[in-house]
Amino acid sequence: MQTVQTAQAKSILVKGLQKSYKQLQVLKDVNFEVEKGSIFALLGSNGAGKTTVVKILTTLLKPDGGTAAINGFDVSSQPDHVRQRISLTGQFAAVDEVLTGRENLIMIAKLRYLQNPRQVADNMLTRFGLTDAADRRVSTYSGGMRRRLDIALSIIGNPQIIFLDEPTTGLDPEARIEVWKIVKELANGGTTVFLTTQYLEEAEQLADRIAILHEGRIIANGTLQELKLRFPAAKVEYVEKQPTLEEIFLAIIGKQEGK
Amino acid sequence: METTKKHFFIDISVMLGRSMRHIIRSMDTIITVTITPIAMMLLFVYVFGGAIQTGADNYVNYLLPGILLMAIASGISYTAFRLFTDVQRGIFERFQTMPISRSALLWGHVLTSLVSNAISVVVIILVALLMGFRSSSGVLPWLAVAGILALFTLALTWVAAIAGLSAKTVDGASAFSYPLIFLPFISSAFVPTESMPTVVRVFAENQPVTSIVESIRALLSGQQAGNDIWIALAWCVGIMIVAYIFAMRIYKKRV
Ligand SMILES: Nc1ncnc2c1ncn2[C@@H]1O[C@H](COP(=O)(O)OP(=O)(O)OP(=O)(O)O)[C@@H](O)[C@H]1O
Ligand SMILES: [Mg+2]
Repeated sequence: MQTVQTAQAKSILVKGLQKSYKQLQVLKDVNFEVEKGSIFALLGSNGAGKTTVVKILTTLLKPDGGTAAINGFDVSSQPDHVRQRISLTGQFAAVDEVLTGRENLIMIAKLRYLQNPRQVADNMLTRFGLTDAADRRVSTYSGGMRRRLDIALSIIGNPQIIFLDEPTTGLDPEARIEVWKIVKELANGGTTVFLTTQYLEEAEQLADRIAILHEGRIIANGTLQELKLRFPAAKVEYVEKQPTLEEIFLAIIGKQEGK
Repeated sequence: METTKKHFFIDISVMLGRSMRHIIRSMDTIITVTITPIAMMLLFVYVFGGAIQTGADNYVNYLLPGILLMAIASGISYTAFRLFTDVQRGIFERFQTMPISRSALLWGHVLTSLVSNAISVVVIILVALLMGFRSSSGVLPWLAVAGILALFTLALTWVAAIAGLSAKTVDGASAFSYPLIFLPFISSAFVPTESMPTVVRVFAENQPVTSIVESIRALLSGQQAGNDIWIALAWCVGIMIVAYIFAMRIYKKRV
């Protein structure tokens, strides 16, 4: 009983997750949990397996071993319950290029069975600064506009947990800051945010907790403060400023590989 | 259960609306699909027609059924293409992570294929009318023709779905339709099979296109379609069921 209770208190609970593509073992033993309403950042270099984790958590991929639960619902055995609660903004913008921005929004609002899809679309267009481009085909949008529309599509119907896979990769600094603002607003509104990133600064800016995925395992997990404490003491002498996450990241990975 | 069912129809109608917009916004695909069959029709009627002995006094009437099948065979390659692009782009994953019917996306494409091929068929029949096609058949035979063409479209659409879902490249997604487009040539679509060498003739008389062409031709000229219509239906339904099972299996594996 007690385990069920704690499981339900967590937005995301991942235990011993494993996944291989043929010979390639991408996830060896991944464990972490995400609290309701928090922003959780999964950091990792190219090919670390971030997208694989996201795909498993969003029911697109079946794990080979271990368990993953969303609000207490198992992703493998109760995918329908999971899909009721989540929303995915994938690594590559999932928008319909042939349709206009407005049509994209209305389409998703209808698929969420909302009462007034046109109204929902209008609100989103205003909120994401896309009103002027609303009736243009998405194929004419800039990368930043596309990403904003992509996120807007994902939050229609107020999902409890939103997954953002490298939401700012390929965006210019201005567009990136805008996406950060959106993410912060989401979390303030009570949505749990799970994001992956290669930008340490992004995790530093946004996340309540940061986990580092490396060689199939979570090699570090904690708040920014906790991670800073793991920074090797010897190095502190050389740097006067606070270590950045980048330095922590490299230091931890270096230590792992040294073993 | 009731709401799931209601949602299923909402899902499908949204998906249909989406891919119909794709079609309306790329009218050139309708032109591409219809232009080759129309060119064939012109070529056969005005260039080769005089030399071909079919026994029918109106060669356009003789030719039309085969031309329509060609158009459908090339039309469904666009279904494969659209499905392929959806799978490649993130939009497929977005739909798959939403609490909507799993198969709605696929059905949306299938219905769209029916509608777009119907448009092509109508365009070609209009051109044929200008070229002298005439039919004295009433409503029922025409409905039967529409039914056979719809069934043929459905059967090939599910074949296209297999290609669209499993292809690795865009070309692979549409290449499968080339042999289908040429099947009418080795059938009674353009010339009677009696004129063919034995081996070709055996193939021609026993492949699906011939029975479908013969049934449509009979229905449009007010004759009894006889056995052909049952053979044609059996082919269409058979291909459809087998292709459907395979397409669904591949689709479920992708998710
Ligand atoms: N469908 C697949 N088949 C085979 N190998 C795959 C497949 N998908 C991913 N991989 C491999 O698995 C590893 C992890 O991929 P994944 O996409 O999860 O990494 P990532 O951390 O998201 O990387 P990136 O930062 O580049 O997005 C990579 O080496 C990748 O090549
Ligand atoms: Mg990735």
